Amino acid sequence: MSEDIIATLKENVIQGRKSLEDEGIDEDLTGTPGVVELTQSALDNNIPLDVIVTQGLTAGMEVVGEKFATKEYFIPDMLASAEAVGAAMDILKPLLDASNVETKGKFAIATVKGDIHDIGKNIVAILLRGAGYEVQDLGIDVPTEKIVEMVREEKPDYIGLSALLTTTMVNMGEVIEALKENGLRDKVKVLIGGAAVSDEYACEIGADAYCVDGFHAVKVLDAFHQAKA
Amino acid sequence: MVREGILIDTPYERMTKEQVTRIHQASMEILSDPGLMCFNKEAAETFNSNGAEVATVSPSDLPCWHIKIPEKLVTDAIDSAPKTIKLGARNPDNTLIMKGDEPRVYFVSGSETNIWLDVDFPTYVKKSDPSIETRVPEFRPRRGTVADLCQSAHVCEHLDTLDAYIRTVNIQDKDITEDNKDVNKFFASLNNTTKHFMTGLTNLKQMDNVVNMAKLIVGGEEELHENPIISFITCLVKSPLQFVEDTTDTFIDVCRRGLPIVVSSSPQAGTTAPIKEVGIMAQINAEVLAGITLGQLVTKGTPVIYGSVPVRARMDTLGDSYGSIETSQYNIDCVQMARFYNIPNYSTSGVCDTKTPGQQASIERLLSDIVVTLSGPQYLHCAYGLLDCNSVFCLLQAVLDDAHFQMIKFFLRPPRIDETQIAEILKQIREVVTTPQKLYIRYIRPVMRSGEISAPYPFEGDGESDNVFALAYERMNELLAKPVEHIDPATTSKIFQEIPGLLPRLNVYEEGR
Repeated sequence: MSEDIIATLKENVIQGRKSLEDEGIDEDLTGTPGVVELTQSALDNNIPLDVIVTQGLTAGMEVVGEKFATKEYFIPDMLASAEAVGAAMDILKPLLDASNVETKGKFAIATVKGDIHDIGKNIVAILLRGAGYEVQDLGIDVPTEKIVEMVREEKPDYIGLSALLTTTMVNMGEVIEALKENGLRDKVKVLIGGAAVSDEYACEIGADAYCVDGFHAVKVLDAFHQAKA
Repeated sequence: MVREGILIDTPYERMTKEQVTRIHQASMEILSDPGLMCFNKEAAETFNSNGAEVATVSPSDLPCWHIKIPEKLVTDAIDSAPKTIKLGARNPDNTLIMKGDEPRVYFVSGSETNIWLDVDFPTYVKKSDPSIETRVPEFRPRRGTVADLCQSAHVCEHLDTLDAYIRTVNIQDKDITEDNKDVNKFFASLNNTTKHFMTGLTNLKQMDNVVNMAKLIVGGEEELHENPIISFITCLVKSPLQFVEDTTDTFIDVCRRGLPIVVSSSPQAGTTAPIKEVGIMAQINAEVLAGITLGQLVTKGTPVIYGSVPVRARMDTLGDSYGSIETSQYNIDCVQMARFYNIPNYSTSGVCDTKTPGQQASIERLLSDIVVTLSGPQYLHCAYGLLDCNSVFCLLQAVLDDAHFQMIKFFLRPPRIDETQIAEILKQIREVVTTPQKLYIRYIRPVMRSGEISAPYPFEGDGESDNVFALAYERMNELLAKPVEHIDPATTSKIFQEIPGLLPRLNVYEEGR
């Protein structure tokens, strides 16, 4: 029974079905339980949290990643699966917090001051949640002071800064300088992304990494996470 | 089931109704004055016995008649010419139904070239930095062979957008003669594609053999008329306004047999036709109508297709310039004239001036492929793989062309806007604006899986690299590796027993093959 639920959960992550009304890819699964319902069912059947996360959600996302790499899946598929996993994590979070099962880390993300573009930021947030990170989205046009305050209070492991415009990307450097001034720079890894920036720019302003897209962000964070472990 | 082609809802037309009528009238005037020179005795006699004014031209090196065709003869022929023509196929699912008043476009290969272009990808090393290597396509021309024709038909069988096959290469093997060329080109083509096969005939003496071959394949004479798996093209009228002796003989023979045939005319604006659009249009229309009239006089109701291959002359060489913009304009005008008569049309696009695949080839081909398709010809000889006007065929280019036609076909899909769609989309918008991310991405998937989103260019390289040729070459080899449905062993055996002149190496069931 437990094995069936976990296998179905994994399959529904692969199908990118968040809930009952989603149809999936291979066949019309509309009306059958999706990731949200199956996660709840797993909890109701007393399946351990680490089994739900590792054998159901993470295992499913690994298959999705493989399918994306071989061009069987496209970004909308990847996002659908990540969104489904993110919804499952919302259910599991209070329980995970109360248990000894750790998430892969806390990640905050913001579009910097003066910039209101957020498509890329939102996709990064969805993918990282799907990859098992605890994500806090600070929104768009976020003042530097608010980011510094958040780092001080919430102590995230990573912070992602996004900017589309050449006129606003300079504010990423401002955030890094402000973190230094407040003695917080060594407490958090800073990742930058967006159409205006590059690897070279990340070096120039002293960021820890430049992420070309959301998938790259997952890889970069996983590398940091493994190095920490 | 028949092939769907692509239906053009609102065909693009260049001429107003008044201009179409005026071209028609001008063509009628041309047919009665100056009329045509005719180097074919039977045609002259046919016109004469049906009321045309026919006079012997003398002195002349060749027997020649001057023919003036009265308007009534032409309009009667237009009336009796079939308005719907069926082109059959070995696989009935590949049948084409062409209606003169329906702008449903079928994409077709051709024409016959002497040169086959091989491609290879040698590796070059950068002189200033030997650690850098690159693969560059190299194209090598050579004379076409019967094996090439088999390969071409094989690949064309697997090109999704290609609806029918006109042979692409002239077979010039040492053991191919004027007497055995026709039977071998017919068999090589028919045995490697299940799509409709159209071609010209080299030697009229071989007509019985090729028609008998087709009968053996479909099961008899009646079956061939029910499912005409072969059809013919003839340029019986050489521009300006001359019935040619041998091709007119072929034309008359095909019309007697009641098999489908294209009345094709290929004037060159500037040399064999006036340089102005109005001039080449009035003349080509007169030439095609003259052919259609002859066909209907030979056999009333025989299926004749309004064929147009007009081209503008190059100003530097006075050679053909199929890549010129005007060539597409003429073809679109011809489509409009054929539709005016409700007679199915064979039109031309995609023939380019350049000798090898590349940017010029793509630009010239795509422009004419798009605009001529939009005009709605029924049978578009869009020259898959053809280069250097009509001189070179490259299989790699044919594979590239298939990708272009995938795009054109996708572009021409009608929009889906109805109450159900509107209701669905309003619900979607209302849902998305309430979500934190405000993204529609989750709604892409069902649309993507249903084929409603166009596929990416199939030969796109990774990163910044341009690997179009290498990837198309891979695709070409994949298609060659796919099996084709050959003619069955028993029929093949019968064909080899009854049809003389076939090369034994074409028998795929022969031991050791």
